[in-house]
Amino acid sequence: MLRLHDLSFRYKIPLRGSVLVLITALMVTASLIFREYDELRQDLATTSGHLGRVLANTLVAPLVHDDPWRAYEIINSPFHGGAQAANPQTASMVMVLDANQRVFVATDPNQYPMLSDPARANSDFYELWQAVAKSSEPDTRAVEVKGSETIYMVTPVISDGYRLGTLIMGYSKNAFLPRFFGIAKRAGLITVAVLLLLLPASWYWAQRFAKPLVDLSQSMGRIGVEIPAEAEIKIYESKDEIGQLGAAFKGMLQGLRDKQALEREVMVSERLAAVGRLASGVAHEINNPLGGMLNAISTYRRHGNDDPLAARTLSLVERGLVQIKDTVSALLVESKVQSHFLTRQDIEDTHTLVQTDANRKQVRFDWRNGIDETLPLPSTLVRQVLINLMLNAIQAAPTEGAVACTVERSGQALRVQVGNNGDYIPQERMEHLFEPFSSQREDGHGLGLWVTYQIVHQLGGDIVAESVPDETRFTVTLPLTEAAA
Amino acid sequence: MDRRTFLALAAAVSASPLCAQAQTNAAVRIGLSPVFLDDQLSFLNDWRDYLQGRIGRAVRFVQRGSYREIMDMLLEQKLDFAWICGYPYVRHKAKLRLMAVPVSDGRPQYRSYLIVPASDRQTGSILDLRGKVFAYSDPDSNSGFLYPRYALMQLKENPDRFFAKTFFTWAHRKIVEAVGSNLAQGGAVDSYVWETLQIYHPELTVRTRIVEKSPYFGHTPVVAREGVTRTEFDSMQEALLGMSQSIAGQDLLKRLNLDGFVSGEDSLFDGIARMMRALNGRS
Repeated sequence: MLRLHDLSFRYKIPLRGSVLVLITALMVTASLIFREYDELRQDLATTSGHLGRVLANTLVAPLVHDDPWRAYEIINSPFHGGAQAANPQTASMVMVLDANQRVFVATDPNQYPMLSDPARANSDFYELWQAVAKSSEPDTRAVEVKGSETIYMVTPVISDGYRLGTLIMGYSKNAFLPRFFGIAKRAGLITVAVLLLLLPASWYWAQRFAKPLVDLSQSMGRIGVEIPAEAEIKIYESKDEIGQLGAAFKGMLQGLRDKQALEREVMVSERLAAVGRLASGVAHEINNPLGGMLNAISTYRRHGNDDPLAARTLSLVERGLVQIKDTVSALLVESKVQSHFLTRQDIEDTHTLVQTDANRKQVRFDWRNGIDETLPLPSTLVRQVLINLMLNAIQAAPTEGAVACTVERSGQALRVQVGNNGDYIPQERMEHLFEPFSSQREDGHGLGLWVTYQIVHQLGGDIVAESVPDETRFTVTLPLTEAAA
Repeated sequence: MDRRTFLALAAAVSASPLCAQAQTNAAVRIGLSPVFLDDQLSFLNDWRDYLQGRIGRAVRFVQRGSYREIMDMLLEQKLDFAWICGYPYVRHKAKLRLMAVPVSDGRPQYRSYLIVPASDRQTGSILDLRGKVFAYSDPDSNSGFLYPRYALMQLKENPDRFFAKTFFTWAHRKIVEAVGSNLAQGGAVDSYVWETLQIYHPELTVRTRIVEKSPYFGHTPVVAREGVTRTEFDSMQEALLGMSQSIAGQDLLKRLNLDGFVSGEDSLFDGIARMMRALNGRS
């Protein structure tokens, strides 16, 4: 039962359809057989009633004249058509009882010899007696004895009000059976034909009905750690309940995807913020003693002796310290640097600065500067961002590739878009793109994007990296607020 | 009533009584009784044609349900000739004239067979049928009534009480049917009829078993009523006796299962007369 319950709708629907057809066929057949039985009994009552009256009238003379042979010929006459076994309307046994309820004559003298008590041969007659005794009217009465295979038609033989004897005709119920079997067989054949017609139809219908459900359930099953992409989900388009369910499912998936993206973004920015705090903390801590050390070296040079070994050593130390200072100052993004507001020329300068690199790599540089006015943004920082992004793009672009840079005002914001057609950045790298030292490039210290990110965030802006094959694009949006000015 | 129905009725009316009357007057009337298989209507048709051809006169067969009716008609001169049983012949010999006796199995004689259902393997003589149901053919039959009663009397039994029940079937053929179907546990039948049935309807005789065979008696005679002219008598006798001489006649005799007809001696029926006297003396 449980297994049936667990079946897919693809099988449940045709199965239920077949069961319905079967039940209908059974009901119809049963009612047909019942009606046939009723009609047969009616017909039997009519024909045998008629026959009984005719025979009873004809039997008066043989009974009065004590002429069993004549009576035998009379009761045998209904049998002379032959093939009586096939016709349930033909009596299986006819018998005439005399006034003392003894056999006067019977169609089967072997079973019911003359003068014998018929109850001795067939116990049905014990019950039949009461019906026989009671029936004083000249009409034929049907008597059914419980548990007997025979329906008895009892007709009294009456002459001038005097009861001479009784005519009993027995009809075998078994003769009805072939007809019932015939009906059942026909009904069975029709049922099979209907099933043959209906099964493929209901199979097809079930497939159509179940497919959206099956698709939906498969899609749901695929939701795990990863939310399947829109294109991977097959949803049945309709306004019916399943269509609504699919649409709701789709909406839910979109919500899940948005949530997941948001979570990831939050995680990334939190991580970057933490790393930023750590880096700037460390940088500050290093910067102070570093300044002292460089000062000490400078002082020593000015006042110290000419020991060549010491000078060489100090020079070595100083180079190392300067390198540390460079790195530290790169980590220490200082937004509080005083600088003038951004002008169109500031932006054009950055283009000029990277031109050499671009020419060297023979990239096609698509430059668009849409800024005509002075914007309330610190020019130094914006220029650093622009240069970083453009140098990265030129670096990433293949030889004779393409780099595009657009700087424009978009409402109350400055928007910078830098793109190239180099190798695209895989998803797993995308998450750590803005972290320090994440670059896998051989040259550079890997702090370019980190610094860019820090600057953009300190200016209250936003940087988004999108990478698809043949295009990697960074979009920076910097708000133009009076506060920033 | 439409025109066609009217014409049909008119034709029927004109065809029946008056015309039939005219024919009857001219025809020789021959009564037939169930001493042979008188239910073969196509045979009777052929036989009548044959006889008409031989005697040059129309012949009409008259059949009735019992020997007695035929005898009554014969005695009332409503018939000219009749094929009857030896027993009524002996009784009414004075008013009848023996014309021909059939020959079956090479002799102008026949017997009475005591038969029982084939399923009955015990019965060895009529005495074993005490208290049973017994079928007689006709109260005017020798083989089917007179002889079995005589035989019982010879055995010191009262034929009226020996059986539980007796009934008449009014034909020998039906004795075979009644016994074969076990309606009667015994019956007495004309040996000639039984043997003929054996040939033409073995499905009937196979259901019976012959228990006893009586002595031979004079075969069922064809007789003339008194007052039949000599010419009529002679031509009819010649027609019957001559059947075995012609091919058509032989064919008819074959269908009757007879060898032929002979003129026969009155003494053939002495046995029947003796039995009749014995039974009459008893009652």
